[in-house]
Amino acid sequence: MTALTVVFGIFAIWAVVSALLCITRTNAMASALWLVSTMFALAGIYVLLQAEFIAAIQVLVYAGAVMVLFLFVIMLLNVEETPREWKRWPVWLLASGLAAVLTAELVTLRGYSPGRLAREISTMPDSMAIPAYVFPGAMGTGPDPRGVVGKIAEPLFQAYLIPFEITSVLLLAAVIGAVVLAKKRL
Amino acid sequence: MLLGPSLALSAVLFALGVVGVLIRRNVVVVFMCVELMLNAVNLTLVALAQLHGTSGQIMVFFVMTVAAAEAVVGLAIILAIFRHVQTVDLKQFNLLKG
Repeated sequence: MTALTVVFGIFAIWAVVSALLCITRTNAMASALWLVSTMFALAGIYVLLQAEFIAAIQVLVYAGAVMVLFLFVIMLLNVEETPREWKRWPVWLLASGLAAVLTAELVTLRGYSPGRLAREISTMPDSMAIPAYVFPGAMGTGPDPRGVVGKIAEPLFQAYLIPFEITSVLLLAAVIGAVVLAKKRL
Repeated sequence: MLLGPSLALSAVLFALGVVGVLIRRNVVVVFMCVELMLNAVNLTLVALAQLHGTSGQIMVFFVMTVAAAEAVVGLAIILAIFRHVQTVDLKQFNLLKG
């Protein structure tokens, strides 16, 4: 067991425990703060997965901006504690059954490995099996010479330029939509 | 590589998000559980980006943008509904019920 695995384990336990507390606290404010804790743990995991820029964005945008918005709304609504916050037990039964099936299904993804993928590709028709397309020089490379931000920025502003520009329209729509919805009278 | 453990953790977090959406009645907390699910999917994308190049990380970037926009519009809708029904209990949100 390497040091990397140990650190990953710490962050993973941190994330799962925080998420559990987030969905079980009756106070909405406590839930929100535990969700922030989960997001910090995920940012740590992103660093371990060599996605340093995504980790920074996770802290800035998610744990910072989005969760502050949530906290504002919780404080704005100023809800008193409801006497029975959780739903009745049949819903609990359904929820835990569904969650168990979902977890089992997703955990089978652990069988996903480069070897198995290569085998599946080798059985595909030739036209679909282009190894360079499936493995674009990803494995075994050292630190990227373009740096942490450069390795995101280069594809973002070349191959993904059009989606990136469309994002700005999406954000504008969100801004206008939020103003129209939240304002009492235009 | 940490690919397997990352995918397993992502699965657990996603399932916790689903459970949260199903068992909670406070609409803001339900909304936060949706954010938790989005985060779990982001973790999957980052884990697989290790294997398939940085395209996965670009996807995470777009998912975060859409999540931010979704949070803004969703919370505005919650505020608008709150003005009508004066509660955040999902049980009372039956405006569309015939």
